[in-house]
Amino acid sequence: MLNVDVMASSLPLYLSGTVVTLKLLVVALVAGLIVAVPLAVLRASANGWLSRPVWLFTYIFRGTPLLVQLFIIYYGLAQFSWMRESVLWPLFSSAWFCAMLAFAINTCAYTTEIIAGAILATNHGEVEAARAVGMSPFTLYRRILLPSALRRSLPAYSNEVIMMLHGTSLASIVTLMDITGAAREVNSRFYLPFEAFITAAGFYLALTFTLVALFHLAEKRWLVHLAPRT
Amino acid sequence: MLHGFLPSLIEGAGTTLSVALCSLLIAGVLGLLGALMKLSRSRFLRVLATVYTTVVRGVPDLVLMLLIFYGGQLAINEISTRLGVKTVIDINPFIAGVITIGFIFGAYLTETFRGAMMAVPPGQREAGIAYGMTAGGVFSRIVFPQMVRFALPGFTNNWLVLVKSTALVSVIGLSDMMNRASMAAGTTREPFTFYVAVAVLYLLITTASVLLLKALERRYSMGVKAAAL
Repeated sequence: MLNVDVMASSLPLYLSGTVVTLKLLVVALVAGLIVAVPLAVLRASANGWLSRPVWLFTYIFRGTPLLVQLFIIYYGLAQFSWMRESVLWPLFSSAWFCAMLAFAINTCAYTTEIIAGAILATNHGEVEAARAVGMSPFTLYRRILLPSALRRSLPAYSNEVIMMLHGTSLASIVTLMDITGAAREVNSRFYLPFEAFITAAGFYLALTFTLVALFHLAEKRWLVHLAPRT
Repeated sequence: MLHGFLPSLIEGAGTTLSVALCSLLIAGVLGLLGALMKLSRSRFLRVLATVYTTVVRGVPDLVLMLLIFYGGQLAINEISTRLGVKTVIDINPFIAGVITIGFIFGAYLTETFRGAMMAVPPGQREAGIAYGMTAGGVFSRIVFPQMVRFALPGFTNNWLVLVKSTALVSVIGLSDMMNRASMAAGTTREPFTFYVAVAVLYLLITTASVLLLKALERRYSMGVKAAAL
């Protein structure tokens, strides 16, 4: 049966792992979202010179595995001597920074497509009405397109957030002690794989359910006008 | 080019593709079973399928893969010592990878297939029953060919995520493209070159998949008129 003593005694390790996982997740999501909003506006633009470069960016980052992106940033950039001699090298030689950067760019690519899809799905009547009352393009985005598109992005974005939570487990491959890192440590110390990874799975499930509940509340707050009427 | 490591990388791409296709087979079977269970009249089967999809979709692939790889190895050792087998049986990382990825994506495909089955109008199924077709006949000749069209968009997404998650099998030691790139990066000290090469190969696989599945979607949507917007 499962060795409960080891599971209980390694809980502090998992809790500090949870802090690492959450830090990586929050930094990646916030940075990714801040960059994704302007990129989504460009991506939704009718001007190909603006939308195509963004399309290429999302195409590349959504078409390759997160692990490859992480390795290119963490191991790959060290190949160049100009990188190793630059002022940025202390940042790029740290696993923390590289993991956060890789996760942020990855989630940014997915979020850009989600928001751009929502902007393009806006009812054309709303845009016509805004133009008819003489709104400038900037005001049109600020008061009509973005508030509505960001709300309608919520359900798809909640999926992306959960995918990203699971993606942060890759940080353990570049030596960070997140929840998965804690589990690998416990497994190598006691050789108890079931105890180690089932505990980690429990932590991830709890985080996933919490995030799902939070997004449920967020949809009740911001998306209630689109909820099915009963 | 690539210091002569290109053939090795291409061979690794073959391994990656076979891991992906073998896991897809398992995932497809599990997905169909899961969807039928979720839509069945038995409460037990519905709960079982719901537990499966909820737990698997709530835990990272990497954790499940390490659990099955290390845990499976331990379980096999236990069982073989109990049975008095002297030889040590090592879990093959290919099989561990295929089983894990198949098991994980079975849960995602369950949801895709369930939605697609529900999208087939119930009258179609009823007509089949009224003609005296067996339950298997109704599924294979009426429900399945029609649900393919509804399942394909979700299936395309699931497949793309599956292909990308095969990169993780390098962590448990399978010599896929990622693993070979790491080795080549170690000997040549050019990690950037090789990881970018892997990224390009993955991009080729995902692009080819999208084109192929789009063609399949057109094939299965024959005779369906799209709404003109």
